[in-house]
Amino acid sequence: MTDTSVASRIGSEPERAGTSVEPSGPKPRRISPGRIGLYAFLILSALFFLIPLYIMIVTSLKGMPEIRLGHLFNFPGEVTFQPWADAWLHACTGRDCFGLSPGFLNSVKITVPSVLISIVCASINGYALTFWPYKGANLLFGLLVFGAFVPYQVVIYPLIIGLSSVGLFASLPGIIIVHTIFGMPILTLLFRNFYAALPAELFKAGRVDGAGFWRIFFYIMLPMSVPITIVAVILQVTGIWNDFLFGVVFAGRQNWPMTVQLNNIVNTTTGVREYNVNMAATILTALVPLVIYFVSGRWFVRGIAAGAVKG
Amino acid sequence: MTQTRKRRFPIHAVVGTVPMILVSVGVFVIGIGFSVLWSFTSSKLFPSYNFVGLSQYRRLWADDRWLISINNIWFFGLMSIACNMVFGYLLAVFMDQRVRQEDALRSIFLYPFAMSLIVTGLVWQWALDPNLGIQQAMRNWGWESFTFAPLVQANTAIYGLVVAGIWQGSGVTMAILLAGLRGIDSEIWKAAKIDGIPTWRTHVFIVAPMMRGAFATAFVLQCVAVVRVYDLVIAMTGGGPGIATTMPAVYVIQLITVRQNVGQGMAAATLMLAPILLVLAIGGILQWRNRRKESRA
Repeated sequence: MTDTSVASRIGSEPERAGTSVEPSGPKPRRISPGRIGLYAFLILSALFFLIPLYIMIVTSLKGMPEIRLGHLFNFPGEVTFQPWADAWLHACTGRDCFGLSPGFLNSVKITVPSVLISIVCASINGYALTFWPYKGANLLFGLLVFGAFVPYQVVIYPLIIGLSSVGLFASLPGIIIVHTIFGMPILTLLFRNFYAALPAELFKAGRVDGAGFWRIFFYIMLPMSVPITIVAVILQVTGIWNDFLFGVVFAGRQNWPMTVQLNNIVNTTTGVREYNVNMAATILTALVPLVIYFVSGRWFVRGIAAGAVKG
Repeated sequence: MTQTRKRRFPIHAVVGTVPMILVSVGVFVIGIGFSVLWSFTSSKLFPSYNFVGLSQYRRLWADDRWLISINNIWFFGLMSIACNMVFGYLLAVFMDQRVRQEDALRSIFLYPFAMSLIVTGLVWQWALDPNLGIQQAMRNWGWESFTFAPLVQANTAIYGLVVAGIWQGSGVTMAILLAGLRGIDSEIWKAAKIDGIPTWRTHVFIVAPMMRGAFATAFVLQCVAVVRVYDLVIAMTGGGPGIATTMPAVYVIQLITVRQNVGQGMAAATLMLAPILLVLAIGGILQWRNRRKESRA
């Protein structure tokens, strides 16, 4: 886990605890053929991961004539930010030519409430499952975790019918409900595991003082939940921002999130394909999750790891 | 003590978990139930309750699109999971060798996972474009015969999807397996070293079996992702050329929305559930066996 344990494991100098033998012989060489191979592999891999990003950035800064020459990897001869402005304001998604900005706003309008509601629901679920298990609660939780594995296509149509029967299909509340539903399994698991690891004395002390379900939740559990809430926020914001399927099915044309509009800009253009505008649009769409990823760093990894432990 | 406490029914807990009850029962039980039910009906655009037995399933298996999509998901699944596991494990092992700039490398390997599959699909669609992408760039550098444009041909397009899948998914596999590697007691390595076992053998025969949990997690995660694969196909190939890269998830959505054949779509969706149930069942049996072994020991 920590650097020290790793170091002591792989370190070439064995520990000589208990003996007083002086270290002798040549110092272990740092640069061996093995090390070179190791770094070559890692650097080549890093290139594989970085090249697409490089292509995107470079192409988005070129003019169309330069792109048509086909020098994909070349640095732009003349840097232009026009494609970025076009992608944001003028690119056409089917009929409308307002660029990605409406999609950005829609994504914000979808993501913020979805994240808030799903986290509130999941934290109450996790708290109730840990400290107030009622008869059947674990069965419900089992069903919920099962839901984390279900392919979306299996429940999409019943959801379409259900939401349209209450008049929420193709609306902002509709898509928010859908994201809340599909975020709930993994988030509930996250919060339940977190609360289960807290000392039970916290809860018992609250009970002795006569506090009930909600008082203990708001005054004891919530203030302690900050770290897990950060993980949950990162997991949900990136997940919902990156969603395409639910957006295209449940949001309705006027609420289409950025990912849907991006796909429309790129894959349904008629006439000349403006590759530079397309790539600028792609970077703009990826920007929010990328910023979250780089700012949150280890929290993000922890989120994936926590999300992955469902197996 | 617990028995007396359980007498009082925790009404607030039930009220607080109403959303969970609604989702568990309302969506995952009743919703799936209706999907299965409709798969036995002749539903078109709207659900109907005109039961036709298994004829939707029969029509499904007579449909070329479905057969191709089944073939594709097997090929894509086996290829991308195998490559992701091998590449991810290699990355994890190499990252575990006290390398410089570990944090930077980790960020690089993992950043594609933060991005939408739509973005991933579009990026690779351009990189693999025969006229402007990698192929043309190589030719301009003087390698005139260089050919690498899988997406334009029906029989190679799926390889393009696999490349994009590896680009997006191998970093996560690395992160999970690296965590597994770091969780292994350093005494194991010392003991193996003292016994004179070469490093690679320690890896393959001692450490890897100890990382079963991490491998299982990474594997299940990818299985679920493969069965669901939709965004990547839509962004990268749109299921084409022709129907060469169509997948079950794409097929179901098309049947519901474009071809307005809900009965057949639900039959296909029901079949998508089968591999997931299988994986869960195997996992459940393994867990049960482990528990039995532990209780005996």
